[in-house]
Amino acid sequence: MAQKLPKKDVAIIGLGWTGSILAHELTDEGLDVIAIERGPWRDAPTDFPTTYVQDELRYRIRHELFLRPEQMTFTFRNRMDQQALPIRTWGAFMPMTGVGGGGVHWNAETFRFLPSDFVLKTHLTQRYGAKFLPEDMTIQDYGVTYDDLEPHYDRFEYLCGTSGTAGNLKGQIVEGGNPFEGPRSRPYPTPAQEQPFSYTLFAKAARELGYKPFPQPSGNLSQAYENPLGVRLGPCTYCGFCEWFGCGNYSKASPQTTILPALVRKSNFAYRTECEVTRINLDGSGKRATGVTFVDTSGEEWEQPADLVILAAFSVFNVQLLLLSGVGKPYDPVANQGVIGRNFTHQTISQAIGFFDKDKFNFNPFIASGSIGMCIDEFNGDNFDHGPLGFVGGGYMGQVQTNGRPIQTNRVPPGTPAWGAKWKSGVRDNYLSTVIPGTGVHGSFYSYRDVYLDLDQLYKDRFGRPLMRMTIDFHDNEIKQNAYLTDKFAEIIKAMGAKEVVKEPRKAPYDVTQYQTTHLCGGAIMGTDPSTSAINRYLQSWDVPNLFIMGASAFPQNAGYNPTGTVAALAYWSAEAIKTQYLKNPGPLVHA
Amino acid sequence: MFFDPAEGAAVEALVDRLIPPDPETPGGKDAGCAVFIDRQLAGPYGRRAGLYLSPPFIKGTKQQGPQDEDGPAVRYRKALAALDQYCRQEKGGAFVSLSDADKDAVIGGLESGAVKLDSVDGQAFFELLLGNTREGFFADPIYGGNRDMCAWRMIGYPGARYDYRDWVHRHNEPYPHPPVSFMGRADWNARKT
Repeated sequence: MAQKLPKKDVAIIGLGWTGSILAHELTDEGLDVIAIERGPWRDAPTDFPTTYVQDELRYRIRHELFLRPEQMTFTFRNRMDQQALPIRTWGAFMPMTGVGGGGVHWNAETFRFLPSDFVLKTHLTQRYGAKFLPEDMTIQDYGVTYDDLEPHYDRFEYLCGTSGTAGNLKGQIVEGGNPFEGPRSRPYPTPAQEQPFSYTLFAKAARELGYKPFPQPSGNLSQAYENPLGVRLGPCTYCGFCEWFGCGNYSKASPQTTILPALVRKSNFAYRTECEVTRINLDGSGKRATGVTFVDTSGEEWEQPADLVILAAFSVFNVQLLLLSGVGKPYDPVANQGVIGRNFTHQTISQAIGFFDKDKFNFNPFIASGSIGMCIDEFNGDNFDHGPLGFVGGGYMGQVQTNGRPIQTNRVPPGTPAWGAKWKSGVRDNYLSTVIPGTGVHGSFYSYRDVYLDLDQLYKDRFGRPLMRMTIDFHDNEIKQNAYLTDKFAEIIKAMGAKEVVKEPRKAPYDVTQYQTTHLCGGAIMGTDPSTSAINRYLQSWDVPNLFIMGASAFPQNAGYNPTGTVAALAYWSAEAIKTQYLKNPGPLVHA
Repeated sequence: MFFDPAEGAAVEALVDRLIPPDPETPGGKDAGCAVFIDRQLAGPYGRRAGLYLSPPFIKGTKQQGPQDEDGPAVRYRKALAALDQYCRQEKGGAFVSLSDADKDAVIGGLESGAVKLDSVDGQAFFELLLGNTREGFFADPIYGGNRDMCAWRMIGYPGARYDYRDWVHRHNEPYPHPPVSFMGRADWNARKT
């Protein structure tokens, strides 16, 4: 029997980016807020100090900062007719645990989606006709527009101190920025990061091919910055240990370096770490959340009553908790009914590697940051005519190499043996003169009827509950998109002066052992129709109006950008709706 | 710590062919790759601490990832025994006693699948061993491999540094400083006489 705790105004599940943002906004309204986090407290000086965080083996190879699969994992299959098997060790994506969430280990690429990404179905249908889209593609409009979100993107960027070069200021195209981006109300808070050799070479080659390269917007700061909450960040030192690592230098925007120092000082904010929420509790009607139940490290079960519940875990953990709590109707791909688990998506990533003459090129690949790089956006979203190409979607591409960490950054030219003297000399002769962009082609992943999340029938978690099952594969549209983009990307790498270019396009079937990104999206999507979406345009559950669901689980499909900027903008947008509308009159904000 | 003497000798011989010595840089054995693997197998990695190990273990597709019943420590123990048996039967002696050419032929056979081991997937063992050998060669020396940062010196990686602000804009110029590890560098601690 769970022990009952005193009631709070708000219970927040998860203390990452969105949990921190909502906690800060709602405590500002005077509400009594508690955040409940599955993982430990983490802070820069104690958990990732600069004296030992540069450890590729410990953090990258052995996954030190991440959730342990024995604590929670998923089962996975490509197709509905396969037996799903458990993901026993992480591969294609890396779920975080602990305070700060993905904001600790991310690379801090801080993009905005294109205006057309939010009205995708309408936009593509108008331009190409409904028949142009694959029959089983289930893309939707978000129900919010870029203009709705612009002030909230702006707030997040000024919270983080994002370094970048604006490409569109209030409709004026600015040289040096991304000319395809939506209008910004003001410039980035700090200038773009300095770019080492290979990145400037990419920009030069792209410019010569007629593209408009721009610096990748970066949450690794080009200079010291004090944000509106009075929290200070330091300049990035280009150490090359960003993604998969915490920043010990206070240079990477994360909840720890932007919000938490202000939040923890508030008397109406409380948190519990190493407490795993196992259930969102509903009253007898099933239409109202009464709070949450969580388990502490000693296995003790607690009930935390609350008037308002904010689900702010990582995207797929949101969906898992909804399925396990019986909130909303589970999605059934055969009947094409239900909403929880619908429109699950990831990303379509590929690269082209450039081998250069070692006597002429020394790239010092270890001098890097997580979101350093020069990109082009000519092939993102619907920035190019898809009519003759037979696919939709796209992505940004760029030299965005994040590191030269040697266990993984030791590529050799094709034809080199995998071991022996030739391999050894191949590594020696190519380490400094090879461009390995990593997520060089960062493509969209649109949604399909048979790519979804539901509960597994066979495998159980440590509490004896079903694991969540992922059914996901690449469809022809994404494979065509990626082949086209990878070819375009390889042309630029070649034009940099590479003597040999190796294309690595993304191929089906989707492989759960191959890291792409941790951009899992969908499953509890936003929209305008309760029969095809789990939450309304304010991220409010259609079924349980005192439950708001943050995160990329809200994306009806994934765009060709990193999701965090949009996840945070949606969180601020939702927080504003709670503050200005919901609290005055608790109930559904949209009547369907 | 994990290997018995014969297993340790076999792994030293294996890693020294995967990464052979040359006049500038030690091979896998002198770089400490076998020491690294021994320590890893004795620790949480060897027993798959923290991974999801609930049954049933069903063989799936390659895309579904490893579904082995055994963790790395058990896999090494079984594979090294099977390799020893193979070498004695087919090559007339333990792996360590073979000529370099014979050793390379056995390793190449594991890689290609031509060498079949008794009850062990030789190709999967080759991939495990090669991955761990590279980890040991390039990881920080505190883990037992990359002795004297020999692998980092070989490629020009400056190690556990944290601040390259003075070199970001020095395009196409070699980085001038030698590598440093978590324990510093040998010459930092040299006794001055």
